[in-house]
Amino acid sequence: MHDDDQGHTHGDPDPHAPSPDDAPPASEWEFLEKALSALLAECGVIEEADIQRMMNFTESRNPALGAKVVARAWTDSGFRDRLLCDARKSLREEMGIDVGTIAEIAAVENSDKLHHVVVCTLCSCYPRTLLGQPPAWYKSREYRSRIVREPRKVLKEFGTVLPSDVSIRVLDSTADLRYLVIPNRPGGTEDWPAHRLEALVSRDSMIGTALASDQNDK
Amino acid sequence: MIEPRFATGDRVRVDTRPAKGHCRAPFYLRGRTGVVEAIHGRYRDPEQLAYHRPGLPMRFLYRVRFDQPSVWGREAENSTDAVVADLFEHWLTRVTGRETANAR
Repeated sequence: MHDDDQGHTHGDPDPHAPSPDDAPPASEWEFLEKALSALLAECGVIEEADIQRMMNFTESRNPALGAKVVARAWTDSGFRDRLLCDARKSLREEMGIDVGTIAEIAAVENSDKLHHVVVCTLCSCYPRTLLGQPPAWYKSREYRSRIVREPRKVLKEFGTVLPSDVSIRVLDSTADLRYLVIPNRPGGTEDWPAHRLEALVSRDSMIGTALASDQNDK
Repeated sequence: MIEPRFATGDRVRVDTRPAKGHCRAPFYLRGRTGVVEAIHGRYRDPEQLAYHRPGLPMRFLYRVRFDQPSVWGREAENSTDAVVADLFEHWLTRVTGRETANAR
């Protein structure tokens, strides 16, 4: 060991230690998952390939897919109207996106006077079948408790400052609907094609903690 | 045909009764008054589904807007901002004009 080791508190694990060759023992949950999926397969409820198919489906959903939807809504007002009216139907029929049966999905549109931001104060409801897994902060107790209480302060911490004449609607996904925010289309992009606009739509802009233009400012 | 008890624009209060177990009416909105913005349709009752029951009868689900001051009183961050939550019919009662808006 080196002399400069003295700065570390005694008893701290060595941060440079190599990881062990043997995997740590499986947790109780891993055993439970294995037992359950084996049992379901054995009883003919599902096939093992179904699990793989579901994993592939889950991984195919990510913010890039949501960005395609937003860019389409920006460039096709008919699609935008149908998306706002019946998101499930328009996503399936016009974009070939199946949002599954776990929950309904609803799109809400920001405007110059109204800004939406989504939370699930009760747990971590999120439009997973469109945007994939939520970011860690979305599930944090701090975000969930503060965004309904002091949204402007929280948004400012995300770097999003809204003018006082814009009203904020914090959408608490308390039940069967999962919300997708259609952010404002950034100015100066009027003649941009959809595929170029997609790059401006960040994950956070579809949650409402950021603006779509944020990406462009850099 | 079962009709929803409330219409868009109705003022409704969230019940304050204690709920045992799984429930989708958040505590911070209990006793608060909001305005029905949309009727989502009927969904299975999550308070039953959580315990592997069929979740019947299905319950009407409403999108209800609560202006910041109606939830947080004078401590509200901004009076024109609001929280919007989806609430099941059996947690809501209609508020008539003469009632105090936010008695808890």
